[in-house]
Amino acid sequence: MSDIQPVIAAHNLSVDYRLNKVWLNAVRDITLHINPLQIHGLVGESGSGKSTLALALMNYLAANGRISSGEVLLEGDDLTQKSVNEMRQIWGSKISLVPQDALSSLNPSYTIGNQIAEVFQHHAKTRINTRQLVIDMLRRVGIADPEVVAQRYPHQLSGGMQQRVTIAMALITQPRLLVLDEPTTALDVTTQAVILDLFRDLIRDHNAAGLYVSHDLGVVAQLCDDVTVMYAGEIMESASVETLFKRPTHPYTAGLLASLPKPTQDTETRLPTMPGVQPSLADRPAGCVFAPRCPIALQLCADQKPALEIMRDGHTIRCHRWREIDAGEISPLHDIDEKITSERPPDIDYIMTAEGMHKYFDENTLWDRITRRKDRYVHAVDDADLRIRARSTLGLVGESGSGKTTLARIIVGLETADSGKMHLLEKSLANHLSARSRDLLRELQMVFQNPNDTLNPYHTVGQALARTIRRLSDKPISKQQVQERVIDLLKSVRLSADYADRYPEELSGGEKQRVAIARAFAANPALVVADEPTSALDVSVQAVILNLLKDLRAQEGASYLLISHDLAAVAYLADWIAVMYLGQIVEVGDTEDVYDAPSHPYTEALVSAIPEPDPTLKRKQIRLDGDIPSARNIPPGCRFHTRCPRYLGDICKTKAPPWRDAGDGHLIRCHIEIDELIRLQSAEEAGTV
Amino acid sequence: MTPLSFFNRLARLTITSGKQFAHDPLTLVGTLIVALFIFLAIFGPAIAPYDFAERAGPPRQAPTWAYPFGTDNLGRDVFSRVIWGTREIMGLSGLGTGISVAIGLCVGLVIGYFGGLLDEIISRAFDSLLGIPALVLALVLLGTLGPSNFSIIAVIVIIYVPIITRVIRSATLNVRDSGYIEAAKLRGESILYILFREILPSVLPALAVEAALRFSYAIFLTASLGFLGLGVQPPSPDWGRMIGESRNFMRLLPWMMAFPAAAIALLVIGINLFADGLRKILRYEGQDV
Repeated sequence: MSDIQPVIAAHNLSVDYRLNKVWLNAVRDITLHINPLQIHGLVGESGSGKSTLALALMNYLAANGRISSGEVLLEGDDLTQKSVNEMRQIWGSKISLVPQDALSSLNPSYTIGNQIAEVFQHHAKTRINTRQLVIDMLRRVGIADPEVVAQRYPHQLSGGMQQRVTIAMALITQPRLLVLDEPTTALDVTTQAVILDLFRDLIRDHNAAGLYVSHDLGVVAQLCDDVTVMYAGEIMESASVETLFKRPTHPYTAGLLASLPKPTQDTETRLPTMPGVQPSLADRPAGCVFAPRCPIALQLCADQKPALEIMRDGHTIRCHRWREIDAGEISPLHDIDEKITSERPPDIDYIMTAEGMHKYFDENTLWDRITRRKDRYVHAVDDADLRIRARSTLGLVGESGSGKTTLARIIVGLETADSGKMHLLEKSLANHLSARSRDLLRELQMVFQNPNDTLNPYHTVGQALARTIRRLSDKPISKQQVQERVIDLLKSVRLSADYADRYPEELSGGEKQRVAIARAFAANPALVVADEPTSALDVSVQAVILNLLKDLRAQEGASYLLISHDLAAVAYLADWIAVMYLGQIVEVGDTEDVYDAPSHPYTEALVSAIPEPDPTLKRKQIRLDGDIPSARNIPPGCRFHTRCPRYLGDICKTKAPPWRDAGDGHLIRCHIEIDELIRLQSAEEAGTV
Repeated sequence: MTPLSFFNRLARLTITSGKQFAHDPLTLVGTLIVALFIFLAIFGPAIAPYDFAERAGPPRQAPTWAYPFGTDNLGRDVFSRVIWGTREIMGLSGLGTGISVAIGLCVGLVIGYFGGLLDEIISRAFDSLLGIPALVLALVLLGTLGPSNFSIIAVIVIIYVPIITRVIRSATLNVRDSGYIEAAKLRGESILYILFREILPSVLPALAVEAALRFSYAIFLTASLGFLGLGVQPPSPDWGRMIGESRNFMRLLPWMMAFPAAAIALLVIGINLFADGLRKILRYEGQDV
């Protein structure tokens, strides 16, 4: 242990919540400390108690929460002994919070400048003119024209800018501890990369410490110095980021890391998953909380709770068998030699083509119509082509606002394209859903993003599946046959038959998504469109869903159109990738080709922004300036020229770029020649390792 | 929201009602009051000691055991007339509310689901209708249609359809873009199936609470119209008209006014307590009225 005084330290901290007149233990026996200049990552799945712990460290628990034992020291000063009035002097001045949802934590009726100034004036107990101070702070968080932004209201700023403002607000009082509660979860990867860089610099400049709460292991690996892994309210393992990601010892940590799809993942292998679910607060196991899901649990683990032991300096663990794991005698993972069985090579013929798709959303007001000045349109999809091969997966990626979801919804028929031709299985696919025959409806199904509204809360799982089977069946089908098919479908998504009688509320998020997948496969579709199917799920559940999608593709011979912002998940599942920017496809090709050089400058930036769950991996850093331009006002020439790091000159501004062929169906829409792209991109790759 | 369907929930409610009521005596009181009046509406004529138009005894008799609510200026038994009147007022208000609910539900589902120009036109038209005070609108309509039972029902329907439509429309908007609605579209379900099988269950709690509240307001309205002499026509007994007729004798024969007025108040309070209980049990977080 070092002799530096930590900014914040917790000793044997436990937190209880009062629910239905009973005190339930939410977080127990936490010991951790954060030194100045350190960023400590707190990771865990939803319900692991990580947010509760963060709140407890700020002594800012909800009214039904209490710190039942232990102490929290802020630079040696015990916060648990302080009254709310005393804490008010600390919150916002010594401890600041950067929240997850920036828009809802900014006051919509004050200008940005006034809000930030107010925080400062409250703590400095002064009414001095803080204008210059605020503007300097805004500039420091990377806002280009702070004088203008200070006059704006929160809703006038983009999500990334709003998050910068909350950071400026948190830092204006020079806090000692910055608590970051998933501050980039709602942002695009490109924006996230920029904000993460900012945190790193700002915490160093202010000599502060950071607590970064996140479920995203990639972000933590890239940003943090130390990591604590939480499970069911307890610390499982805590170590420096290099140790934890390189040599995870605790079976939970190891399982969690293994379940992440990595770019280097062998796509023929199933992702390792952990069976079971996290126990609820009310019925935690008496022994080790992870024992019921642990692949190497002994009788001892079920009976006796392991203590938090120090493995070596700075590496603590709560596991009975860590010595054996550390010595390499046993593996903390489930067997992972499962190959996906009948993986067939993707066929070459296309099952689905879409050409020249356009969709403009009309934003003209009645006045515009009367004055015949109809020029307000959102160009959501603007001349996009897409081709999907049989029995393969096409990943469609891009920032929010790129039109990828609209394009997918046009294909399934939930939005009607303004123009463009689509074909499915060599039959013409009408733009209007109502004009599509039942045969075509059967071949084209969708899995939705939000598991909580994908199933009707008033219909049982069985009813939902049976209705879909009956509606889409090509011949009359008996009740008996429907019931058999329901059970088959549930089995194919690894749910037991008794799930048929359950209502969605009785299912977890992952289970709901499995039922939704079963519903999409009810009538053996040719193409399943999946819109961010895993983005609302926990890491260990994501792996289950990704495996399932992969298995079903092999069994049923369906193709997928996978829309996602999670490029690692796309890389694992997709054979082909199309990159979309401002309503157009800018690059399409085989997954590996797209990830490697040559690639479109936009793809290059997207790939470099993926936070990899590997802290030693330092890739070239390409950061895009500014936000994606509004689809109401599309830049002329190459649409990407306003942000392009490889901007050539006037040609990009004036002339739409041509498609360039890099071979094997790999197409890039750019003014730069393929050979030149290869030269530029591989030169930098070599220079930055 | 519990996963149970509306009807499952009602069934479960009846099973656990004893427990629920023990926790919530106000709901119990409300339910008992409503049950009492429904009983009177159905069996009233059999219970009432006298006919509503019959000269039962000496006029202007103060309440006694023989005439519990006294007699009016013509010697009719006020107790019997209040009981007979229950059927009139509950029948008219109930029928009016029922028709309003049926129309408001269908219109609300359709405009909430489709939106667009149709929604715009109907919503604005209904908004302007809501801008006119209910009683003024009722007077104008009754002046045009002439007082009759049919007119009273028409008035209730015209005044309440916009309100119920608005409630159903906003409940529909909440679920319109859900994944399960889109999944239904993708398997080619008809509009009717989507409206009545996918959307209806989630708007039923709102509808049930709103219908109960509208019923209590409809009773007020019917009584007000009766008071003004535009409601149920004589010789039918009507609480509002009874109060109106007793105005001239208010000092002399206070019981003539007090008992019909108490009946109106009791029924309206009972229905409101019942609606509040319904709201809690169905966990409907609607606006307070």
